[in-house]
This record gives sequence, structure tokens and C-alpha cells, in this order.
Amino acid sequence: MSLSRRDFLKFGGATAAGVAVGSPGIDLGPVEAAATSLKIKEAKVFHGVCPYCAVGCAQLIYTKNNKIIDIEGDPDTPHTLGRLCPKGAATIQLSNNPLRPTKALYRAPGSDKWEEKPLEWMWDEIAKRVKATRDATFVEVEKSKAGADVVVNRTEGIANLGSACIDNEECYLLTKLMRTLGVVYLEHQARV
Amino acid sequence: MTTNLIDIQNADVVMATSNMAENHPVGFQFVMKAKERGAKLIHVDPRFTRTSAAADMHVPLRSGTNIAFFGGLITYAIDNNLYFKDYVVHYTNASFLIDPEFKTATDRGGLFTGFDPEKRAYDQKSWKYQLDAEGNPKRDLTLRDPNSVFQLLRRQYSRYTVEMVERVCGIPKEKFVAAAKLYCENSGREKTGTITYALNLTQHTNGVENIRALCMLQLLLGNIGRPGGGVVALRGHANVQGATDLAVLYQDLPGYNPVPLRDAHPDLKTYLEKTTPKTGFPVNRPKWVISMLKAWYGDRATKENDYGFDWIAKRASADAYSHQHIFVDMYNGKLKGFFAIGQNPAVGGPNAKLAREAMQRLDWLVVQDIFLTETAEVWKAPASSSRPAVSPKAVKTEVFFLPAAPAAEKDGTLTNTMRLIQWHEKAADSPGDVRSDAEHIYQLGKRLRTLYAGSKAKRDQGILALTWDYGDTHPDILKVLIEMNGVALEELKDKDGKVLYKKGEPLKSFADLRDDGTTASGIWIYTGATVADAEGKIVNRTAGRKKADDKDYLAHGWGWAWPANRRIIYTRAAAAPAGKPWSEKKKLLWWDPEAPSNVPDKKGKWVGLDVPDFNAFLAPDAKGGDNPYIMRADGKGAFFGPLLDGPFPEHYEPIESPVKNLLSKQQNNPVAKIWKVGDKRNELAGVGSAEYPYVITTYRLTEHHLSGVMSRYLPMLAELFESHFAEISHELAGELEIRNGDKVTIMTPRGKIHVRAMVTNRFKPFTIDGKKVHQIGVPWHWGYNGIDALPGSRGDITNDLSATVGDPNVFIQETKAFLCNVKKGVV
Repeated sequence: MSLSRRDFLKFGGATAAGVAVGSPGIDLGPVEAAATSLKIKEAKVFHGVCPYCAVGCAQLIYTKNNKIIDIEGDPDTPHTLGRLCPKGAATIQLSNNPLRPTKALYRAPGSDKWEEKPLEWMWDEIAKRVKATRDATFVEVEKSKAGADVVVNRTEGIANLGSACIDNEECYLLTKLMRTLGVVYLEHQARV
Repeated sequence: MTTNLIDIQNADVVMATSNMAENHPVGFQFVMKAKERGAKLIHVDPRFTRTSAAADMHVPLRSGTNIAFFGGLITYAIDNNLYFKDYVVHYTNASFLIDPEFKTATDRGGLFTGFDPEKRAYDQKSWKYQLDAEGNPKRDLTLRDPNSVFQLLRRQYSRYTVEMVERVCGIPKEKFVAAAKLYCENSGREKTGTITYALNLTQHTNGVENIRALCMLQLLLGNIGRPGGGVVALRGHANVQGATDLAVLYQDLPGYNPVPLRDAHPDLKTYLEKTTPKTGFPVNRPKWVISMLKAWYGDRATKENDYGFDWIAKRASADAYSHQHIFVDMYNGKLKGFFAIGQNPAVGGPNAKLAREAMQRLDWLVVQDIFLTETAEVWKAPASSSRPAVSPKAVKTEVFFLPAAPAAEKDGTLTNTMRLIQWHEKAADSPGDVRSDAEHIYQLGKRLRTLYAGSKAKRDQGILALTWDYGDTHPDILKVLIEMNGVALEELKDKDGKVLYKKGEPLKSFADLRDDGTTASGIWIYTGATVADAEGKIVNRTAGRKKADDKDYLAHGWGWAWPANRRIIYTRAAAAPAGKPWSEKKKLLWWDPEAPSNVPDKKGKWVGLDVPDFNAFLAPDAKGGDNPYIMRADGKGAFFGPLLDGPFPEHYEPIESPVKNLLSKQQNNPVAKIWKVGDKRNELAGVGSAEYPYVITTYRLTEHHLSGVMSRYLPMLAELFESHFAEISHELAGELEIRNGDKVTIMTPRGKIHVRAMVTNRFKPFTIDGKKVHQIGVPWHWGYNGIDALPGSRGDITNDLSATVGDPNVFIQETKAFLCNVKKGVV
């Protein structure tokens, strides 16, 4: 298995940031063996895909008690040969991270702080905003250059950006909903 | 990408034009494998990077001069007779004759025939083939006719000499010739070369033409559709390919069907007539579009109501709604509400200061993300050395933040850079109220359907017709994927009455889609991703995990690639016109005259190492049997390929450039999009500006990700850089008395940032037409949020420097080449 730098620090006892894995004079063999036996013993394994760049490195995600304990490259992957780059090797910290907000947050106009709100309230309120803006800015019929009335069913009051970081099924639901609402300002990171 | 990362190892030469070793390091393994097998690696990049360190040759070119470079290679290959003539004659439009009215940019001072200076647009009426009496393009297979595409190509690039490349790009003549020789001599019948690119080529005001120039070189050398050849597009986000396929984009509907335009496409009939060609595979467009409408609107989509075509919003104009349009229109107050889903435009887009100011003018903003991004907190951006703090009181925008789950906490598929769709599993529950993006979107849709319930207004009927039933709370993702794949809506039979599909059965192939409302498919190119086995059980092929082996190096059982699990496309071009491989060493697809056909008493089939990207039973000598480029009406690779800025790529200087265009008197792309924004929010530096004398390019680092949302909040990554920085050559640092590690100010007419100087040998001044030109480079991952304990995780926003200007075809910004000044210290 590959050994992430975090594990190296944990098991190798090194403390200085920036120490290169495999520095001369440190035998990684026992560390690697210890890591293998300690970390993923009795863990469940799931198939993952790295969420960073578009190489699409397949990952093995190990969990214990519904908590991710390790993520590594899947050695069977034909187009990656099981490897991950530094970002891919850090994927676990997208999940296990104290900076992650775990509540929905609302900021009122002019306010200088976030307020925690129930999800149901958030979804209801957002839907109301969308409806109000859509209804106020909707153009149902427009004259074409040739002077004919054309049904355009469009709102130019709402825009949506993103995302190239979400799944295909999510993109599909988003496109389907937004296009039908009349949203035409619809983009993701293809250009940025 | 036309090819596959795995196949790069079969190349005899690789030209990397992006920094693949650092930005796609895991994919770069296959470049190194090719090298181990004897291939040469050429790295073309203004900066010496780890890709250059692995290369046989580093060719530095000034940012923004890619077409001059590729044009030089085209001329070199033709003049030295190094092009693959048989491929060019049979598989490209080189032999086609063009209207004699048409003249190249060589003949018309940098413009093509038909330019209207008032409209700043081309009239393309002469940009067309000469047709014979039957309406087929006239050809001259000797390529000698002066109106043949080949002779026009020659003429177009006759100015792009070795000397001109040196003067424009700053590549010493000897170095260019050595690179050209190495690349061209390793391509042809027995050898193939591949070219990799990323945003290095796209983020320019001639971004699309840059890619075309690359493709034209590959066509000229016979490098497309063959093992070790192709065009390697390296995408930056895990699902930028999938989000593009699914058309979270202003111009497309899923599967690359155009979004209808008000003037051109008033109804379904006209839309299909105008967007469906007479020849080429897109003749099937009606099946794709009607099946998509059936997937979206179910029983409410009927023949009588154009299958709900009117419920899809029509664009007012072709020049509207792109990323850059969004922020200009938002700044001007036109947009009231905005969703930022997994995207951070406060940092990540061009002219980011304008984007932030625009968002501060919204009525409401919804941010769906893993962390509290700069976009989510745009109402309280702190003061920095280069900008005042935002006063929350002054920002009247309501902001909703919905915490979203990363991939490891949800089921779903991602499409990688080589069109490979891979299923990932939910490994753990998300904490607290964190939900998948799918659930947030699904719940919003459900609530909107409730709010509009009972409405009799015509304009609301689409929302009520929407098929939106994927479960109570979290949508069933496999159910969504099956809808995307497509199903038979009733029992489907073939001509002879044989049952092909039971009602409700997933479709195996887009060839089975129909335009009569009896099939539904959300995205035709994904048809075949989920199928039913003999017992009717769903087989999710995107979850396939079969390894590659000696018999199948392309690993067809690992995930599923669109279209139809083809791993390399345009593969008909891997065989000579008569159907045999061009060379035994480079075989991929060939015609087996003895293989059983699909018709009982006939023989002959395309076979090989990949699923054919071609009609498997169309004989080489049949009509169209030698047309590898199946998506094109004429079936041929296009040297002559009209875009809004010309049928051939022509070099123009970036909108901001230190020098005059040496190739013509036309300084910039004459049809580039330059936005005028009020309040001096998009000022530009003039040609050879004394105030902004240096070229600046922006780029990414291995240990950071894009706008930093997935790296600046992760200690494992954020600690790896002590500070935001700019790379400055020793020569420029010497002139400005800047030492390594000094604070410096980088400024453009749009804004300024304070970063540390990394004084490096990786940049060298260019000599452009005898004059010294400095270039610097600045990564763009930093923003004002990050980890408190790691001050280096925060930094000024590089995109405050870039401008709101765009390519005329797709409106991509020019963040790879513009002008700046550099001052020592905090100015």
C-alpha cells in the first residue's frame, strides 16, 4: 500500500513539516507494515473516485463505525496503476475536517453574522426566492428579429454556476430543473 | 480527449504543451512509460517545470503565441515533406475545393474574406466548398488545385517561417527546428505522436483556434484515431467532462444538442431542421432530442405539444449568458438571484474583484459547498493590503449556505478526462445537516413543484410536467442514471416484429433511440452505461472493475466510456482506406472480410482492439466507408473549419501584449469579445504599455486545487506552501532589485496583489523581435479564507488582476497571457 505523509508523520515520529517521504536513513518497511495492520484491519472497504482533477484515480475508502479511516489508490485501476498525487492522498480531509460547516447557515441582509437554520426552512425559503424572482422577471413570449411572437419561457433574473465538482446525476438533475425553470445563465467551470 | 491516458504509452513522441507532470501527475505516468519504450518528450511552455525536467527538450514560448508556433510546425512539415500524405488525402478535407472568392489571411492583411469592421463580424458566405452537380464537394486528390484546402493551408501559413516563429514566440531558430524535426519525424505511417494540452491553450481570446491549430497539426501528421496518437485534453476538475456532457452550460442541452435560440428555433420542427445535418452521425439528432424531452417531461411530452420543447428556455442571442456575461450582467443589476454550486467565483474566475462586487449587489445568493468559501462570505471579505474590508452592513444580499457532501459520502458517477464514467460508492454518512448536492437540488425542485401546484399558467406547465420522482428524501441515484441512460417506454420491435425491448427496459445503445416518443433518454451519449441482464437485473457498467490485461490493454471492463464504451475515437483512421492497418506496429481497428456481418448471407466487419468508432459493418469500399470523422457532415477531418474568427487559425496578439503583431497589421483577434464595464472595472493596458511592461501568466500547483476550496481548508495540503508567490526570473529580479522571498506588488489596470517573490531560473526573458520581454507567472489558488493556524493558506486573489475579455466562439477568458507591472515591496 502507499503510505501517506500523514501516516508517515504519525508512525515514523517525524515532526518537521516538509520532510520528504523516504528520506535517507529512515527505513519505511516496518512503518508500512504497522500502518497496514493497524489501520485497515477489520475495516469496510468502498470503491471511490478521486474528486480532484479529471484523471479520475479510483480509490479504496476504508471505514470503521461509519467513519472514513483511510483513502488510498486502488491498485487495480488501469489508467492510474493505483497511484494518487498529493491532493488525492489528502482526500480523507475533505470528510474528516473540523472546518466543515455541518449546519445550514443563513445570513440576513446587512447582517454581520451567520445564523444556523434547519434544512427544511432553508429549502423552503430558497424555493420562495426562486419563485418570486422567476415570476417577476419571466419572459414568456418575445418578438423575434423577423417580428414573430416566439415562446421563449425564460428568466434572466437568476443565474447558476456549477459544477464540475459534482456527480453526473447531480448535473443532470440541475440542468433539467434549471432549464425548465427558464434559467439561461447556466455555467460551470469549463471556462475557468 | 480523442484517446485514452493508457494509450499514451504507445506514442513515439509526446508534445506536452501544459505542465502535465505537476497538474496531472498520475496520468503523466503513461508519458514516462512511453519514454521508457523509447519515445521522445518535448515540453512547450514559457516556464521550465517538472514536465520540462522529464523532457528531452524544453521549448520556451512567450504566452499567447501558440498559433504562431503550430503554424510554424505546419509549414515545417509541409516544406520538408514530413506530412502523412495518404492520411491527408483520404481522411481530411485537404483535397476539397473552396469557393474562389475566399482568400486567406496571408492575402488580406491578417483578415479572412468577409470581414465587416462595423459589425466586428465575418460574413462567411465564401467560406464554403465548391459543389458538383449532385451537391457533393468537389475534390482534387492531387492536392494541387490552388483553391484546394491544402493549397490554401499552405498559403495561410506561408508567413509562419522558422524566422517568424523566433521573432514572435521568442524560440531560438535552432531550437524550434530541432523540436519540429523531432516531432514530425516521429509521426507518420510507422510512428505516431500525441499532444497534450489543458487551459494553457484554451484561456486566450483565440482559445478555440489554438485547439484547432493543434488538431490540424495532428491531422497533417496522421496522428488521430491511431495508437499512440490523438489529442490529449487534460481537464482540471473531477467532472468537468461530465458537467459539460450534461450541459450545465449556457449553449448546450445534454449530449451536445444546442440550446434553442429565439430567432432561429421558434418551434421543435424548425429547431430540428436547422440543427440536423443531411449527412454524418448527427442526422440522428431528432431521436436524441425527443428522447431527452420524453425523459424530462414523461407522459406530458406528446407529439401534439412538441414533446414540451417550449418548456425549455430559449436564448435571446448567441452572445449571452456565459460565465463572463453573468458577472457583467450581475454587476449591472440585471441578475437578482444566484446559485454557486461547488464553484467559487469570488476567487476562481477572471476579474474576480468585479465578480465579488457583482455578487454584493444580488438580492439573494445560494452557496452549496463543502467549506465556507470566499463566495459564501463575499459579504464580509476582510481588508487586505490591497483592498479595503467589505462592510457587511452595506451588503443587502441574503445568503443561504447549504453544506454539501464530498464524493466519498455519496453514490454517483464522475466522467474523467478520457470520457470514462466511473461509479463511486457512498462510504460513510455525512455529519450533521450535510447533504449531497443531489438532495439539495432534488428538494428544491420538489418545493418549487409544490409552490406551482395547481397553476394553470402556460409558463408554469414545464415545472409541473417535470419527471421528478426519485424517492422521498435522498434521490435514488441509480434511478437517475437509468433515466439518463434511457429506457423503452413501450415494447419495442424491429422491422420483422421481433421484440427488442420490453416496456421499461434500459436501452443498450443509442442506435435504438427513436424520434416517435417511444424511447426516453436523458443524455444519448450515455446510453449503454446501464443495461439489463437476461434476468432483467440492472447491470451498472460504470461500476465495472475489471483490470486491463494482455488481451485488453484499454480495459473495457473498467468503468464505461462514452460513446458506446469506445476508448479511442475516430479509429477508422487507424486503418488505410482499403481497411488494413497503416502499419502492423500501429494496428488498432481493421476490416476483417471473413468475419460474419449483421446480415445472414454477408461477410465483413471492423474488428480490433477497441469498440469501433464507426459503423462496424460498413465496408471500406462502400459509400462513406472511408469517412473516419463520423460526427462531421463530410466525414473528413477539417483543416478548413469555419469558426466565428476564421476557417483557419491565425495568430493575433493577446488583447494585452508587449509587442505589435509581426504576422499582420491586425493586432488582436478582430472578433474577440471585449466587455465594456462601468466604473472603470475592466480597464485594459495598451500595446507595449510602459506602465504595464511585463507578460503575466497564471497557473496551478500540484498541492493546491483551483480556487483552493478543496485544498486551502485541508491541513495536509495547506501547510505545503508558506505563502502565495510569483515566479520572477533572476534577470527581472536583478533589474528591480528584488531578492528571493521579498514582498512584491503585482499590478494590472484591474487590480493589484501582494505576494512573495520566488526568484527563479524557471523563467528566462524572451527575445521578441530583437527586444527583451520579461514574463512572470502567478498561481491562482489563494483567497481570504483558509486555516487560522496556517497564515500561508490565505493570500491575495490572483484573478483580481485578469480582465473580462473573451474568445468569440465560447467566451473563455484570457488569463494565460496579459500585462502587469511588478514593484518591489508593498505599493
